[in-house]
Order: sequence, then structure tokens, then C-alpha cells
Amino acid sequence: MKSALPVAVVLLAIIAVWYVAAALMNAPLQRDAYANAGRVDYSARELIVDSLNMERPKLPGPHQVVAELYRSVALTAPSSKRSLLYHGLITLEETLIGFAIGAALGIGLAILIVSMRWLERSAMPWIVASQTVPIIALAPMIVVILNQFDITGVAPKAVIAAYLSFFPITVGMVKGFRSPDPLQLDLMRTYSATRLQTFLKLRAPASAPFFFASMKIGAAAAVVGAIVAELTKSEDGGLGARLLEGSYYGQTVQIWAALFVGAALSAALVGLIGRIARATEQRMGLVP
Amino acid sequence: MTDRRLTDLMPPLAFGFAVLAIWELGVRLLHVPAIILPPPSAIAARFATSIPTLAADFWQTIKGALIGYAIGCAAGVAVAVLVDRSGFLKRGLLPLGNFASALPIVGIAPIMVMWFGFDWPSKAAVVVVMTFFPMLVNTVAGLGSAGAMERDLMKTYGADYWQTLLALRLPSALPFIFNALKINTTLAMIGAIVAEDFGTPIVGMGFRISAEVGHLGIDMVWATILVAALTGSLFYALVAGVERQATFWHASYRAKEAT
Repeated sequence: MKSALPVAVVLLAIIAVWYVAAALMNAPLQRDAYANAGRVDYSARELIVDSLNMERPKLPGPHQVVAELYRSVALTAPSSKRSLLYHGLITLEETLIGFAIGAALGIGLAILIVSMRWLERSAMPWIVASQTVPIIALAPMIVVILNQFDITGVAPKAVIAAYLSFFPITVGMVKGFRSPDPLQLDLMRTYSATRLQTFLKLRAPASAPFFFASMKIGAAAAVVGAIVAELTKSEDGGLGARLLEGSYYGQTVQIWAALFVGAALSAALVGLIGRIARATEQRMGLVP
Repeated sequence: MTDRRLTDLMPPLAFGFAVLAIWELGVRLLHVPAIILPPPSAIAARFATSIPTLAADFWQTIKGALIGYAIGCAAGVAVAVLVDRSGFLKRGLLPLGNFASALPIVGIAPIMVMWFGFDWPSKAAVVVVMTFFPMLVNTVAGLGSAGAMERDLMKTYGADYWQTLLALRLPSALPFIFNALKINTTLAMIGAIVAEDFGTPIVGMGFRISAEVGHLGIDMVWATILVAALTGSLFYALVAGVERQATFWHASYRAKEAT
């Protein structure tokens, strides 16, 4: 944990900058509020303290966000629509279902591509090119189309999460399956291994680092997909719906709290995959 | 060389045409309603007749995306160069930068709309934040990529910090910087389009998509997506082209020339 101290220092610096920025950004609003209330005899200290505790600040202070998180996660029943846990779990559900589908499809397509030469030559350029396309633009349309088929609730968002995580996983896994060098492939040939044996004993194990790297990217993409999908159908709840609601009603504290839960969700998923990756790679002897 | 390139192009082109043909035929033969999936010909027709609208949307969105991209990438490089001088800051910022790239940063869009208004500056602000971290992380990695031998050589020349930076370390960081520039093209488009969901003047690609989805003008949605796809690919191709010119010495290009 050589970097624990530097990270802590940088984090503290960020919080300090945040407080200064919050005070500076909210002070004009607070001055207006004083003027409206007919108060002129406020001290600088009062102004700063009040600026950091406004109900609808331009930038809430960190303590306000923490208080809102505590209130809406710990003090509110998870079954209530006012609970961030409730919305976070909706987003988590969509993310996990979508991620599972996206990972399965992505790995499946990667296997197809490496086992069929013509498919790689014809489809791979399109899959790589599709990475440069803002595919997220399709999200609202997919939700509406699925709606036509009476597919509502979690499913449309999971589909978008799956769709966003699918491409990076395909590209990463194709790279992974192709990562054994010619020497190793030649060795398999001298053993007269079948294509299936080569795949199972050489290509699949060799793709492990690529597998975990693409899982991390895919999981992060799935969270983004779920949140963006929730913007389109916000009546079902979820973190994206909280963001949209907060932006409609100017509830900045609520937006920040939802953002933090989204960040925690994403970080937890990626962190979990990182742990599994390290454990697996240790057992496979890839890392000491 | 050109012959080889042509034969390389044939399979993907054939695949693309096959997909379009199956799409067109499938939609027509199965009588799929246009609200669900319009045939490519209808999308092309719609594209041709609404070029002024699409162009206006394109400019609105690309303004935010490009300006944000330029600021975000420049800031990323600048902070990386500053941070690079202090090992302490580097150890503190890098884990956070890596962490930030896993976060759903698009979520800050509503906040930026509140701060900078409905027009393109708020979109540019979202793009700045989204593109900053990949650039920071990649540039710091790139600055560390110059070999010990080359650094020693610079030292024997008596080069000072800035000379080493300009003559050795920044050039050797270029492949990493271009990698981030390429990743960021997509992020910039995503940021600019999604941010429009939280309020826009009534123009822009993200606005067009959600508005047309609202009253089931699915052919227009597809036409806008076509514009977004073309823009994204061109943006990427442009950066990749500059990269080829700027880092012609890098192993990944040398190898291709040799064969």
C-alpha cells in the first residue's frame, strides 16, 4: 500500500477545492437570498456557512452530499421510492442482467470469429469500426421499439446495457484468443492437436488477461448503458431516473447523491472483477 | 500494395452490402412496420430530404464535442506533465484517474446543464470531464515510457529537464497520447449526445433522436444515427491519420511497411 498516503492527500485536496468552489459558486445565490429577505448585516463567516448549507445550491458541499446519502440510503426503507438503495438496486439488476447477456454474446461471437476465417475478414472491420460510433445514441430508440413488443420494465434497459458491453468484450476476446504466438501454435500442431484441443488448451487459457480486462470495460459500459437507458423510461426508477428528476426540479443534492451511488456501483463491479482476475491469474501462474 | 488493399477491402464491403440487402428484403417481405424498423432505402430517402435539419443538428453537437475534446485533451496532457515532476502526486493521482475512467461520468450532464445553460457550453463541459482522465492516465504512462538508455544519453548531453521533455519524453509518449486521443473521440461524441437529453435549444443530434423517438419518426432517428456514426468514424479516422503521420517511427507502423 505504497500509494495509500498520496491518494489520501490528493483526495483531501480535492475535498478542500470542492469546499472552496462550493462557497464561491453559491455565495452570489446566498447574497440574493439575503437581499430578498432584507438582510444586509451578515458577516463573511455567516455568508460562507449559509452558502455551504443551501437547500438548492449550485454546487452542494461534500457534507451535504454525505448527509443526503445517509438520509436516503440508511434512514429510508429500501422499499420506498425515495430510497437511493431502491433505485441503485434497480440499476444494479439491469446492469448485471445486461452484462451477463453482453458477456455471453461477446465471447460467443469472438469464438465464432476466431474459428471462422471468412467471418473475421468480413465482420471484424465492422465490429472495430462500430467502436468509433456513439452507439449510445441508439438507446432511446431501442427502448421504444421494445416497448412496441410489450417488453417493458427491466428488460429494455438490460438490453441496452448488454449492447454497450458487448462490443468491447468481443474485440478484447478476439485479441485474447489470437494472443498465443506462432511458436506455441506450431507446438500444438506438432502434437497433432485438433482445432478444438488447440482452442481449449492454448487459446482459451492464453486469453485470460484479455478476458478480465474486457470484463472490466464491459461492466463499466453496462453501468453507463443502464443509467442512460433509464433516462428514456424514467417512470420505472433507477439512478438515471433520479438524475433526470433532480435536474427537472433543481435538486442538486439529489443529483450528486445519485452520481455517487452510480460511481460506487461501477467501482464495486470493476473492483470485484479485478479481485477475481488477480486470484485467477495467481492460480494460473501468470503473476507471482 | 494497392491491389492488396483492394482485396482486403472486398470481404468487409461484401458483408456490409449483404447485411443491408437482408435488412431491406427482410423488412419488405415480412412487412415489418416502419415504426419498428424502416428499410435502409427509406432511411436513405429521409436522409436526403432532411439534410438542412441534419446539418444544423450536426453543427450544434459537434461544436460542443470538439471544443470539449480540445480542452479536455489539452488539460489532460498539461496536468500529466505537471504531475510527472512529482512522484508523490503521480502515485496519488494515477489510481484516482484509473478509478475515474470506470465511472459513469455522463451522469454529470444534468449538473453541467445547470451550471452552463442549455446551449453547447454545457455539452463541452461534460466532454471536458469525460476526456480528461483517459488523457491524463495515458500521458503519464507515456512520459514514463522513454528507456533508461535514452535518458542517460540526454544526461550525457547535459540536457535540462525541459529539453529532455521536449526532445525525448514527449515524443516517446506520443503513441500513448494518440491512444487516448482515439479513445476520446468516441467519448466526446457520447458525452455531447447524451448531455442533450438534459435540455438543449431545440437542435442537436441527441435532441433530435429523443424528439423523433417521442413521435415515432423512427426513419429520422436512423438518419440521425447514420450522421452520428459517420461523424464518429470520420473523427476517429482523422485522428488515426494524424497519428500515422506523427508516429511513423513507431514499431506498429514500421512492421506494416516491411511486409
